[in-house]
Amino acid sequence: MKVFVVAEHRMNELNPISIEMLNLANAIKGDGTSEAIVIGKDVGAFAEELSKYADVVWKIEDDSLENYNPELYVDVLLQLFANNKPDVVLIGNTSCGSEFAPYLAAKMSAPIVTDVVAVDTSDGIKVSRYIFQGKLMTDLKLKDAETCVLTIRQGVFKEGSEVNGEIKDSGIKPSKEPARKFVRYIEPEVGEVDISQADVIVAVGRGIEDESNIELAEELAELLGGVVAGSRPVIDNGWLPKDRQVGISGKIVKPKLYLALGISGAFQHVMGMKDSELIIAINKDPEAPIFGVAHYGIVGDIFEIVPELVEKLHEIKG
Amino acid sequence: MNIIVLAKHAPDPESEINVASDGKSVDERGLVFDINDWDRYAIEEAIRIKEEKGGEVVVVGVGSKCEDTLRKCLAMGADRAIKIPVDTSLDAYQTAEVIKEAIKDEKFDLILAGMMSQDLNNAQVGVLLAAMLDLPFATAVSAISSIDDNSLTVARELEGGYNEEVTLPIPCLITVQSGINEPRYVSIMGIKRAKTKEMKEVDVKPTISTLEVEKMYLPPVKKAELIEGDPSEIAEKLIEILKDRGLV
Repeated sequence: MKVFVVAEHRMNELNPISIEMLNLANAIKGDGTSEAIVIGKDVGAFAEELSKYADVVWKIEDDSLENYNPELYVDVLLQLFANNKPDVVLIGNTSCGSEFAPYLAAKMSAPIVTDVVAVDTSDGIKVSRYIFQGKLMTDLKLKDAETCVLTIRQGVFKEGSEVNGEIKDSGIKPSKEPARKFVRYIEPEVGEVDISQADVIVAVGRGIEDESNIELAEELAELLGGVVAGSRPVIDNGWLPKDRQVGISGKIVKPKLYLALGISGAFQHVMGMKDSELIIAINKDPEAPIFGVAHYGIVGDIFEIVPELVEKLHEIKG
Repeated sequence: MNIIVLAKHAPDPESEINVASDGKSVDERGLVFDINDWDRYAIEEAIRIKEEKGGEVVVVGVGSKCEDTLRKCLAMGADRAIKIPVDTSLDAYQTAEVIKEAIKDEKFDLILAGMMSQDLNNAQVGVLLAAMLDLPFATAVSAISSIDDNSLTVARELEGGYNEEVTLPIPCLITVQSGINEPRYVSIMGIKRAKTKEMKEVDVKPTISTLEVEKMYLPPVKKAELIEGDPSEIAEKLIEILKDRGLV
């Protein structure tokens, strides 16, 4: 199979998902090829890096491609694919990848599956993905598609070996002005506490139920010499500031202790805390995905357990 | 400003999720349906724009049971609803296609949708519809910073706390990230008013799906070591663990 990988980069950094997708491409290409595509203003260094893991790297360079734009990305990709028909196109399931992938698929009349975590090519193309925020998994078969588009979950295909391929200059230029224009990047908000530097994090999720209950987490955090952080729903509700959000769209943390209170453990969140040294999760739902990443789990009510814990810690501290 | 909002009547992932006996679908018993959480933010955003700029908000739903969600949107402040009463479960492409067909006579400046559904998490329908209608688009919008008759400026959420600001001409389509606003509660007056608002049914025949669900199952996961007992015993055991690690 001819497996294309659309590399991703931003602010002069290649997103590791690019290499992970090439690992997948090399695993499924059979006697075909893995071909990376890197789009930007000056992508020579990225092409060098990608060529270690791809049979072919296609450079698509133009001043107008300096910043990601979904219309221009799809425009140049369609030009490349017109003469190089892909069997599979892999795109990162990132903010930008998940944005332009469905648009590309629709323009190619190709089926698309997003946030894929496994690909089986033994009998046609079959993929696996999570649904219901990680609570269920589903296997999907792509029926007689000549080309398909898959967006790939980050952190899954980390194993692979080098193939050391060649770099080609595609000579492709955007054929139009995009309707959408990039203006600027907006830096993350900076608050008084940097949770990524904390040794102990008491993190709260939807299960904290009400803003007034954050106090309980704060008391526990103080006793443990830590800080309070939260998962997306807590931040969305405005119960904690944005700079306290743990997850892909917030901060990546690796504390000595991560105590997850009432956090279900959506992938977005787990990617931000899975490398913590000790993870203890309390959640009333025994099926919560957080128990898949925690070292210790307690199926129970945080409002019964945390006050007990606070009381005992007070006793120890005298 | 005339705005179309896509709203999905979707099961809450916090409700009881079980695989049905066919091994290919979710057991509907135990599921609690409501407006998809991301779409709640989309309808709120649309109503806010309308309150500021005037115009009309039309909410579109797919599925024979989507009426509750459409009524909720009407009660929040949408002006009318279009229901596409398709019985079978559709994939994202089919869904975008039936919506495209159902809104073909609508005049709009903006289409708003949630960035993904809370059950299938595909994050596709909005963008597919933009592609089918050849509309400029942006996903994961975390803020609309300005809007006039010809264009809007939005922030899209990237990774690591970053956003990118982009401008789009009107008409266009955007999908919103959760937290973009604080959705209002439905008032009694709103519910009353919603009863008199138009709910039009548009029958559209879906095309055939290119995807086939082969299997649905509980994900294989390594499980945490469980700590059991009454709250006091659990707290005791936790403190032992923390002491062992020098954390207390």
